[in-house]
Amino acid sequence: MRLRHIFAEAGAGLRRNLTMTLAVIMTMWVSLSLFGTGILAQQEVNLVKGKWYDKIEITVFLCSKVTQGDNCDPGQDVTTAQKATILQALQSNPEVATVIYESKAEAFAEFQKAYEGNPLQGSLTEDQMQESYRVKLKNPEQYEGVVSAVGGLPGVQTVQDLRKFLDPFFSWVNLLQRGTIIASVLLLAAAALQIGNTIRLAAFARRREIGIMRLVGASNFYITLPFLLESVIASLVGIGLACGTLAAGVYFIVIRKARVSIQSIGWIGWNQAGLSMAFVALVGLLLAVVPTLITTRKYLRV
Amino acid sequence: MIRFENVSKVYDGQRRAALSNVDVEIDKGEFVFLVGASGSGKSTFLRLILRELRSTRGRVFVAGRDLSKLHSWKVPAMRRQIGTVFQDFRLLPNKTVHENVAFALQVIGKSNATIKRVVPEVLDLVGLDGKGDRRPDELSGGEQQRVAIARAFVNRPMILIADEPTGNLDPATSVGIMKLLDRINRADTTVLMATHDSTIVDQMRKRVIELDDGEVVRDQSRGVYGYQT
Repeated sequence: MRLRHIFAEAGAGLRRNLTMTLAVIMTMWVSLSLFGTGILAQQEVNLVKGKWYDKIEITVFLCSKVTQGDNCDPGQDVTTAQKATILQALQSNPEVATVIYESKAEAFAEFQKAYEGNPLQGSLTEDQMQESYRVKLKNPEQYEGVVSAVGGLPGVQTVQDLRKFLDPFFSWVNLLQRGTIIASVLLLAAAALQIGNTIRLAAFARRREIGIMRLVGASNFYITLPFLLESVIASLVGIGLACGTLAAGVYFIVIRKARVSIQSIGWIGWNQAGLSMAFVALVGLLLAVVPTLITTRKYLRV
Repeated sequence: MIRFENVSKVYDGQRRAALSNVDVEIDKGEFVFLVGASGSGKSTFLRLILRELRSTRGRVFVAGRDLSKLHSWKVPAMRRQIGTVFQDFRLLPNKTVHENVAFALQVIGKSNATIKRVVPEVLDLVGLDGKGDRRPDELSGGEQQRVAIARAFVNRPMILIADEPTGNLDPATSVGIMKLLDRINRADTTVLMATHDSTIVDQMRKRVIELDDGEVVRDQSRGVYGYQT
């Protein structure tokens, strides 16, 4: 296999269709950036929702030494007897589907995870966390009955409907996520078609060579490789630009801006950015390879 | 070397067979003319050997291999044993004579050293020594066909297929091309040539297979063109 020949052919193909190649790179850049943004938005939602959100609707926070509330004894943790009464009240309530207990240690671990890299991460200790009962309702709309049933019990600091608190935020992030994913799918489809067309043009420009190669018995792999290389190089440039855009977005918008001005919730960081870039690279390469193989197959049928 | 066993070919969407019940055997080292009017099935015959087409019925053997059972990924390797020359030369206009011949070796993965050694040899054989740096448009038709023959022969194939190789050439030039094909044949290469050129067929006195409407109507050793009469 003479690689020099194949690289020369791929380079000549890229130069010959320079404007098409640029169009492919720009479409890939924008579509993959949007796709990556969609993934980042999804991860932000997951990060904030935490592992509990889908399972609960109401959180019953219990008294601790540092909390204040009408039903708390100042400076005292909730007692075991009080906890048993509260649990009993929850479990006997017909509206309640399941009850999950979260200890201080578990709450602290969640807090550490959600605020990783945030200045608030080191500001609280495990002892300052609150124990809680997380309650899933049979019907999420019907929360008042449960709130009034346990809200006045001794040892309950406060009852919080988590959805009410987070839903406005989630609806915005979800909108961002859906919008970017839909726009990126359309653009990705456009990019795939564009690559197919570019390769068709390149194959047409080289139809004499291809005809001779088939005649003298060049392998299909050898004939396909320059085209494959051509689209992979174009897509690698597009992937690189998209990853750069995502990195810049995460750094300038999330790390420098959002984390500083809105400290009360967790924000995505480089880990999530890396994951989304990996997806972007995978999708970008598939987008280059699949249309190229489909297009060249037509010209290689023996 | 080439064997057709009761081969028929019907193109998709057509009722009339392009070839019907063709039974032909061509031995190693033979020189065979394939004659017949346009549309008599000559091209179909050649394309079946190249496995550009598959037979509808019957079996085609090339170098002992049944082409109907040959996997399509093995076709390139099979074609390396067949050299092909066309009426329209099919050279690459932006490559020199040397590069045109070298291209055929490059794309099947031959080393630079081999190419450097073999290409001048074959250019010498076809009578083009010293013209390796010319481009096809600087050559006469006969010279261009010599380049095409050099490209077909450079990998020393067992079979050389020529589809109307003299169709675009004047009679004097054609004689030179036929002498060259004869020399290649004497080097133990099987040559199969489709042609309309009665003068050449009559002069050469080689085996003639005549096709008419897809059927073999004549197969004669040391034959003449003769279908006009």
